[in-house]
Amino acid sequence: MRTFNFAAEAEKVNPLIPHTAELVVGAIAFTLLFLVLRKSVVPMFEKAFAARTEAIEGGIKKAEQAQLEAQRALASYNEQLSSAQGEASRLRDEARAQGAAILEELRTKAQEEAARITAAAHASIEAERQQAVTSLRNEVGALAVELASKIVGEALDDQARQSRIVDRFIEDLEKSK
Amino acid sequence: MINLHFSGEGFVPPSTNDFNLPPIFENIPWLTKPVLLVFLSVIVVSVFFVLSARKAAVVPSKLQFAGEGIYAFVRNDLARDVIGHDFMRFVPYLFTLFTFVLTNNLFGIVPFLQFPAMSHVGFPYVLALFSFFIFHYVGIRKQGLGKYLKDIAFMPGVPKAVYILLTPIEVATFFLVRPLTLSLRLFANMFAGHLLLLVFIMGGDYMVHDSHMIMKIFAPFSFTFGIVLTFFEFMVQCLQAYIFTLLTALYIAGALADEH
Repeated sequence: MRTFNFAAEAEKVNPLIPHTAELVVGAIAFTLLFLVLRKSVVPMFEKAFAARTEAIEGGIKKAEQAQLEAQRALASYNEQLSSAQGEASRLRDEARAQGAAILEELRTKAQEEAARITAAAHASIEAERQQAVTSLRNEVGALAVELASKIVGEALDDQARQSRIVDRFIEDLEKSK
Repeated sequence: MINLHFSGEGFVPPSTNDFNLPPIFENIPWLTKPVLLVFLSVIVVSVFFVLSARKAAVVPSKLQFAGEGIYAFVRNDLARDVIGHDFMRFVPYLFTLFTFVLTNNLFGIVPFLQFPAMSHVGFPYVLALFSFFIFHYVGIRKQGLGKYLKDIAFMPGVPKAVYILLTPIEVATFFLVRPLTLSLRLFANMFAGHLLLLVFIMGGDYMVHDSHMIMKIFAPFSFTFGIVLTFFEFMVQCLQAYIFTLLTALYIAGALADEH
């Protein structure tokens, strides 16, 4: 250990020889600082670092989750949209088919009605013709009898004979037709 | 103390004796300025980091940001990048080493303090001794005493004849050169830097007080150069704290590695 002799300037000290006091003080001071820093600085900073890392990673995870959810929602919307479009086109087809069926039915009904009306008209025409033929026959008969009696000069009052003659006349008439 | 050098004739350059400061109190011989500065550095570093880490939060305050920056530098750039896996064990030691050395070095240019405690070789010796014991202890714990010593003395994968040359070199490196260079590098840098500042400041002071006019005219240049060198010293002081810590981390990493 060196002595501190300051007045005597001539004394040359070797700077590589340490003071014992400084070795001890250095060791104590360093150990003291080490204990303080290890106990109440390093753990605090480490805790802050860990919390920061966690906050960042948590944020990233949260964002990823949100994105995933958004993608899922988009997919479900797209699916719904396409299913709605399919539904609409199906409804349209159905309506078209229904319209066509109704049209067809109406047409059939109208045709039936027309046929029915035509048939009725035919029947009534036939009946009237029959009636006309009958009345014509009677009239023609009377006229012919009257004509014939006038020609032969014989009054054919007898009803039975008269009608027989008329019938024969008409039969002849129809035959010759 | 500067006046001491005016007694004789001519300029007496500063010598190693200028580092030999008297005790502050006559009856307590061990309480010198460097001793006081070392204790002061412990208080300054402790207070600064405890305050900055006390309420360490995810979003840092300005103080936390400053303390955290230094801590993160030692933790990530020194401990993690050099030691790698399992580096957290050594972070408290390396962090203490860096801040302790840096603060004591910087005291060399802090006004009124103006003395780098590390220019007293006792302090670097102690720090180098700590590092020395730690890296050997780590190596022995990791590989066992026998294998650790054998790997140092007989480096694996080397032809047998080379051991004649290599073994003495390796043994000397691990047990003598490393602790010595670690401490002497720091000591010599701080010692020489302080001496250099003394030369220019005291030289300027001498020139101001000299009777020749020409000396008085050139005195400001000496002072200016002293100031320039102070900035240079700042750089050296930071660098030396970094190197001391980096080398300790490298030695630990080497001891942890399977093959040196």
